[in-house]
Amino acid sequence: MTEHHPSHQNHLQRVRAQSGLAGALLTIVPASAIIASDESLHPYECDGLSAYRALPLAVVLPETVDQVQAILKLCHARQIPVVARGAGTGLSGGALPHSDGLVLSLARFSNILSIDADARIARVQPGVRNLAISDAAKAYGLYYAPDPSSQIACSIGGNVAENSGGVHCLKYGLTVHNILRLEILTIEGEKLVIGSEALDSAGYDLLALMTGSEGMLGVITEITVRLLPIPDRAQVILAAFDDIEKAGQAVGDIIAAGVIPAGLEMMDRLAIQAAEDFVHAGYPQCEAILLCEVDGTNEEVSEHIASVRALLLESGAIEVRTAVDEDERLRFWKGRKAAFPAVGRISPDYYCMDGTIPRRHLPHVLKRITELSQEYALPVANVFHAGDGNLHPLILYDANKPGELQRTEEFGGKILELCVEVGGTITGEHGVGMEKIDQMCVQFAAAELQQFHAVKAAFDPEGLLNPGKAVPTLHRCAEFGAMHVHHGKLAHPELERF
Amino acid sequence: MSDNTATESIIEQVRSAAAAKTPLVIRAGGSKDFLGRHTQGTQLDISAVRGIVRYEPTELVITARAGTPLSEIEAALAERGQMLAFEPPHFGPTATLGGTLACGLSGPARPFRGSARDFVLGMKIINGAGEHLSFGGEVMKNVAGYDVSRLMCGAYGTLGVLMEISLKVLPLPAVESYLHLELDAESALTDMANWQRDALPVSGLCYDGDRLHVRLSGADQAVAAARRRMGGEPDPRGAQFWEHLREQQSAFFTSAGDLWRVSVPSNTRRIAVQGKQRIDWGGALYWLKTDASAESIFTMAAAAGGHAMRFRGSDRDTVFQPLPAGLLALHKRLKLAFDPHGIFNIGRMYPEM
Ligand SMILES: Cc1cc2nc3c(=O)[nH]c(=O)nc-3n(C[C@H](O)[C@H](O)[C@H](O)COP(=O)(O)OP(=O)(O)OC[C@H]3O[C@@H](n4cnc5c(N)ncnc54)[C@H](O)[C@@H]3O)c2cc1C
Repeated sequence: MTEHHPSHQNHLQRVRAQSGLAGALLTIVPASAIIASDESLHPYECDGLSAYRALPLAVVLPETVDQVQAILKLCHARQIPVVARGAGTGLSGGALPHSDGLVLSLARFSNILSIDADARIARVQPGVRNLAISDAAKAYGLYYAPDPSSQIACSIGGNVAENSGGVHCLKYGLTVHNILRLEILTIEGEKLVIGSEALDSAGYDLLALMTGSEGMLGVITEITVRLLPIPDRAQVILAAFDDIEKAGQAVGDIIAAGVIPAGLEMMDRLAIQAAEDFVHAGYPQCEAILLCEVDGTNEEVSEHIASVRALLLESGAIEVRTAVDEDERLRFWKGRKAAFPAVGRISPDYYCMDGTIPRRHLPHVLKRITELSQEYALPVANVFHAGDGNLHPLILYDANKPGELQRTEEFGGKILELCVEVGGTITGEHGVGMEKIDQMCVQFAAAELQQFHAVKAAFDPEGLLNPGKAVPTLHRCAEFGAMHVHHGKLAHPELERF
Repeated sequence: MSDNTATESIIEQVRSAAAAKTPLVIRAGGSKDFLGRHTQGTQLDISAVRGIVRYEPTELVITARAGTPLSEIEAALAERGQMLAFEPPHFGPTATLGGTLACGLSGPARPFRGSARDFVLGMKIINGAGEHLSFGGEVMKNVAGYDVSRLMCGAYGTLGVLMEISLKVLPLPAVESYLHLELDAESALTDMANWQRDALPVSGLCYDGDRLHVRLSGADQAVAAARRRMGGEPDPRGAQFWEHLREQQSAFFTSAGDLWRVSVPSNTRRIAVQGKQRIDWGGALYWLKTDASAESIFTMAAAAGGHAMRFRGSDRDTVFQPLPAGLLALHKRLKLAFDPHGIFNIGRMYPEM
C-alpha cells in the first residue's frame, strides 16, 4: 500500500522501461492493446480492494491465445513479472499490479465458444462474465450454478483463479465442483490441457490444483463449465430472530434435519437496516434474519418448505414468511444481494472480511467480533453464507480519518486470527492475494508454506507469475512476527526474530 | 499403539527411507492391491493410523485417520442418518478411508452427487521429506493456499502418505427407489441424456445391454413423481443391483478377462470395442470386458475425449492412459516437489514417478 513518489532519475528509468516493454509488445499486439504510460494506467492500479494500489509498467489486452503465448514468452525471456487480470473485482488484491511488471488483461476474451445442451457443458473464454453463462444457457433450460454476488461483473477466469462461491454453493458447490476442463499457458508459454469433458482424467487432479491458485501457476485461456438443469421450482423462506445466536442455532437445526437448502444466508441488524434503506426489500426490523432457499422438483420443494418452516418456528423465530410468488422471492434476495453496496451507502468505506469457521462456533465468533468492534470503535455489519460458515463481517470506516484504515486492518487481522483459532480459515472464497498474506503465517506452519512454494516452482520456477502474492516467504512471516504455533512448537526456529 | 506413536512411527520410517532413498509401498487394508501399476519396495503399513477423530453431524463433516476401515466410517454416519455421498466402492472388507481417497474411487452416484475429491475438505499428509503437513481443514469453504488435499485424491499415494482426512458428508435420502426398463442401447442412451437435462431426483443410471437401471433418491413425493414420469418396472432387486455394480460382483465383472474402465464425455454414445460393456454414470463411464490391445483402447478413449484404465488384468505394466509430454513433465516436477527422494509408490501410476 505504499504510494510511490519516485525521484526524477527513477522516473526516467521507469519511462524507459515502459517504452522498451511497449515496443516489444508492439511486435505481438496492435498499439490499441497496450497501455504503457502512468497517466493512463490508473484504472488498473487496484482490484476491488482499493486500499492496495500500484501502477504496473504496462497493461496489455490481447485478443488471441497466440498473442497471450507470445506475451508470456517475451516476459519469460526478459524476466518480467506478469499479473493476470479478469474483471478486477477481486477482494484480496490478487490482481494488484507489480510495479515492475505487466498486467495481462483477459478482458477481451469475452466469447462463449459453445454450449452443448446434451452434454450439459459450456466452453467459454476466461473474460466471459459469470452471469453471461447462465444467461446464454437459459434457452436450453440450463444454468451455471456458482453465483458470486459480483456475478454481473466478475469473469469466469477470475472465478476459477479464486475458486469463487456464491449464495448457492451450500448445495451446488464452489467453482472447483462445477468446472471440467481448462486450457492454460505456463509462464514459458507452454499450452496445457487440464481435465477433460469426461468426469475425471488421467494423472493427478490438476484441475483442483489450478482452481483457487490465484494466477500463480498459469494463465487460464479457456474453461469448460458444467451446466445444471434449472430446477422446476425454488422457494425462499425469510425468518426473523430477536437474537442472533438463535438464528445461528436454527441453521444447524435445518441441516441436522436432513435438508440441504440451496442457500442459507444470514444478516444482522445493521446489515438489514442498510439493505432495507437501499432496496426496500420489506425486511422486518430485528436482530437477525435468515434467508433459506430450497429448490428441486415441485413435490420436493413443498415437502422441504413445510419442514423448514416448522423447524424455524421451533427454534424461536419471531416471524416466518414464505415468498408467495417469484416476485416476492426475488425481493427477499434483493436485499441480501445488494447488502455490500447498501453498507457502502451508510459508511464512506468498508472492509469486507472472508473467514470461514465450523458453524457451531458461530455464536462465540459473532460475540467476539462485537467485542472487538467496541474495542476498535469501528462498527461492523454481518452478512454471510451461514449455511457453510463463511463470514463476511464488513468493517465500516473512513479512509480520510487519519489512522482509521490502519485500525481497520488490525481489526480485520484479529477477526481472521479468531477464525483460525476456532478451527477455521482466513479465507473462504476471496483468496489470500496481497491482503491476507501475513495471516497465512498464522494458518500454516513453515513446512506447509515451503510445500506450497515447491508446488509453485513446479509450474513457475522463476516466480514470475503474480510474484509476492498468496504464499508468504518464511522471511516475511518472521518479520510479521505472528508465528503459527504447531503442537506447541514455534514454526520457524531457524529464523531470526525481529 | 497410541495415535501419536503410530504417527511418529510412520514419520520415522519415511525419514529413514528418504535418507537411504529406499522405495516404500504404502498399504493399509490391501483391498486395492490389484489397482494401478506394480510397485516395489518396503511396505509402509498405515493400518495402525486409525479411528474417527471428530464427527459433527450438524456440520456435515467427518474427520478420520487414513487407516480407518471404510465400513466403520459408513456405520458411524448411517447411525446419524448420513452418508459418504460419492458412494465409494470397497472392493473387499478391509477397505480403508485412506486407500479409497488415494485411489480417488467413486461409485455409481458420482455424476449426480459428486466425486470423492469433491467431498474432500482437508488432509494431513506426510511428504517425502518426512514432514507432517496439514492442508485445508474442516470447513466447507477454504481457499487459503493451493488445494493440496484434493491433489492427493487419485494420486495413488505417489505424492505423500495420507494420514488424516476431513470429508463433507450428506444426509441419507429419505427414500430410495429402483426401476428398470427394457431398451436397446440407442433408446437407453437417449433416455439417460434427456433425464439428466431435467432436474430429477436420480442417483444412478446404468445400462447393462438389455435393461436401463434407474435409481431414484430423495424426498418421498419427488421420487414418486419421477417414477410416474420415467415409466418402466419397479425393480425389487434394485438395491442388490446397485451394490453389485459398485462392488463389481455381478457376473459381468467376475467373468474372466481384462476389465477396462473408460471415462468419457456423457454424450459419447458409443464405444466401439469388441467384447461386453456396461454403461454407468448416465453414459459417462464404460466398463469393458475385452481382449482388445491397450493401445487401441487408449486411442479410442482419447478420440472420445476421455481416458481409459486397465482396472483388472494380468498386465500390470500398461494400466493408465498415457499423458501428453508436457503434462507428464509437469507430473514429474510435482512428484519431485512432494517426494524429492523418490520413495513413495514409485511407478504405481506412471513409470519412474
Ligand atoms: C461487490 C462484490 C461482491 C462479491 N461477492 C463475491 C461472492 O459472493 N463470492 C465470491 O467468491 N467472491 C465475491 N467477490 C469477489 C470477486 O468478485 C471474485 O473473487 C471473482 O472471482 C474475481 O473475478 P475477476 O474476474 O474480477 O478477477 P480479478 O479480480 O481480475 O482477479 C482475481 C485473481 O484471479 C487472477 N486471474 C484472473 N483471471 C485469470 C486468468 N484468466 N488466468 C489466471 N489467473 C487469473 C488474478 O491474477 C487475481 O489473482 C465479490 C466482489 C465484489 C466487488
